Amino acid sequence: MQANFWDRNQLKLAPVFFLAPAMLLFAVYVLYPIFSSLRISFFEWDGVGEMIWIGFGNYIEMWEDDRVHTAIKNNFIWLICFLLAPPLSLALGIFLNQNLTELKFIKSLFFFPFVVSPVVVGLIFSWFYNPKYGLLDSFLEFIGLNPLAVLSNENIVTFGIIIAALWPQIAYCLILYLTGLAGLNKEIVEAAKIDGAKGWSMFWNVILPQLRPATFIAVIVSVLGALRSFDLVAIMTRGGPWGSSTVLAYEMVEQAIFNYRMGYGAALATILFLILDIYIAWFLIRVWLNEKGRL
Amino acid sequence: MFPEPIQKATFFSRGSYRIVLYFAIIVWLLPLAAVFLTSFRSLADINSGNYWGWPTEFALVENYTQIFTVTPMLKYFFNSLVITIPTVIGTLTLSSLAGYSLAKHNFRGNFLIFALFIAGNFVPAQILMIPVRNLTLSLGVYDTKMGLILFHTAFQTGFCTFFLRGFIKELPHEIVESARIDGASELRVFWNIILPLIRPALAALAVLEFTFIWNDYFWALVLVQGDEARPITLGIQALRGRWTSFWHLISAGSIVAALPPVFMFFMLQKHFIAGLTMGAVKE
Repeated sequence: MQANFWDRNQLKLAPVFFLAPAMLLFAVYVLYPIFSSLRISFFEWDGVGEMIWIGFGNYIEMWEDDRVHTAIKNNFIWLICFLLAPPLSLALGIFLNQNLTELKFIKSLFFFPFVVSPVVVGLIFSWFYNPKYGLLDSFLEFIGLNPLAVLSNENIVTFGIIIAALWPQIAYCLILYLTGLAGLNKEIVEAAKIDGAKGWSMFWNVILPQLRPATFIAVIVSVLGALRSFDLVAIMTRGGPWGSSTVLAYEMVEQAIFNYRMGYGAALATILFLILDIYIAWFLIRVWLNEKGRL
Repeated sequence: MFPEPIQKATFFSRGSYRIVLYFAIIVWLLPLAAVFLTSFRSLADINSGNYWGWPTEFALVENYTQIFTVTPMLKYFFNSLVITIPTVIGTLTLSSLAGYSLAKHNFRGNFLIFALFIAGNFVPAQILMIPVRNLTLSLGVYDTKMGLILFHTAFQTGFCTFFLRGFIKELPHEIVESARIDGASELRVFWNIILPLIRPALAALAVLEFTFIWNDYFWALVLVQGDEARPITLGIQALRGRWTSFWHLISAGSIVAALPPVFMFFMLQKHFIAGLTMGAVKE
C-alpha cells in the first residue's frame, strides 16, 4: 500500500511544523526589531511625526556628546568591576566548600540575592546609602568619619551602584563555582596530593583547570551584565546626579522615551549592540567548535 | 575534596572558621536586614527618626495589611502572576518543540536557526525597544498584560530553545530512531518519548523563567503605563514616587515583591541550580 504524502515526507516536513511557532514569534519580536532599529538610527524621529533621513548624523552627534562619553566611561568602569565578580566568587566558593551541617542553609542565603528583583536590590541599597536614614552613613558617623551620601556624590555614585549590582552578580557566580567545586574529579585531586601538590600550586595547576567551564560562564555573564546594566541605574539614580552615573543602556532609554529622540536612541542602542556582537560571535564560534568536536 | 575538610583542622582553626563564616553572612545580608526591619516598624518610629534602634512597637501585621488594602499592591501582585505564568507555559511549549526539532532533525539551516536563537538571547534589550514598542502599539496590546506576555514569550524562547536543544541532543538517538521504525509519528515521538525524558530540564527552566519574568523591570517600563497592567516591580517603583515618606510601606512592598521568586528558590533549589549551572560542570 502506498503511504500517503505526509507519512513519506514526515521527517522533512516535521521541522517546519515544530519550528514555525517559535521562529515566527522570534522573527517578529527579536530579529525584525534589530534591523528596524538599525534603520531608525539613520533618522531624526520623535516617534510620531515624519522621519527625516540624516545619514550618520546621530553617530556624529554622539561623538561630541558629553553624556555619551560619561556613559561609555561608566560602562567601562562597570566592566572592570564586574570582572572582579568571578575571582571574588571563587574565593568565597572555596571558603564555603565545606561539609558542616549549617553550611547548606548558609550557602542558600549567599545564593538568594540572585533571585531578588533588581528593583528590590536597588531599593535596598538606596536605603542603605541614604544620608539621612541609611546604615552606611550612620555607621560612618558612629566611627567618626564624614557621611558619604553615596548616591548624590558625582565621584562615587557609579561605584555605589556597581556594589549594589555586584551583590546578585557575586551570588550568581558563586552558584556556578560551588557547583564546579562539588564536581571536581576526586581521583585527580588525590593523585596530585600524593605527588605533593598543595596550597597555591594545587589550586593553580589542579583545581583551576577543572573549573574552566564554570569560569567561562561566570566571565560571560559578568561581561554581559556589565554592558547591559540598566535597571539599577534607572532605579537608584536615573543617571544622576547631572548624568554622572549614566550608562549606554540608560542613556538610550532616556533619549528615546524621555526626550522623544528615537533616532538618537536607536543609534546609541546600535553602538551597544555592536559592542555585544563581539561576545555573541565569540560564544557562537565556541558552540560551533564544540559541536564539531562531538561529531 | 578541595580545600581540605575543616573537620581535619585544629580545634582553633575550626572555631575561627565558624566565626568568620557567621560574620561574612551577617555582612552579606546587612543591606537586606535593614529593609526587612523597616518593614515592620510603625509610622511613629519612622517619623521620630528611629531607623536603626529596636522598634518601639511591631507593626508587622498592620504594615503588611496596609500594603494590600491602602495601596494597589494586590493588583500589581496579581498582574505579575497573570503575566508570568502564561509566559512560562508558552515559552516552554514553543521551545521544547523547537528544541526537539533542532536536536533530532537533520535539515539544511539547522545550525543557522540554532545560532539565531542563541544570538538573539545575548542582544541588548535597547536595540529591540523602539520597534517592539511600536509593534505592541500597532497590535493594540500596548499597556496590557497580553503585550508583555507576547514579548516575553518570544524573547525567552531563544534561551529555552538553546537550553532544551542541548538537553535533547544528549538523549540517545536510538530511542527516537526505534520509535520511528515502529511507525510512530513525529508528534508521537515528541509527546510519548521526548517529553517524559526532558521533565527535569523543563522543571529547571520553569523555575528560572518564572524568576526572570517576575523580576523584569525594563519591558514593563517600556510596554506598560497604567495600573491596569503594571507588574509588581514597576508597582514598587510607582509607590516610591507616590508614598515617598512611607518607607515602612515601601519596605513591606519590596519584601512582598521579592517573596515569590525567593520562596521558589528555597523550595526548588535543586532544579534552580541545575538550570543555572548547565554546562558549568562539564563541557
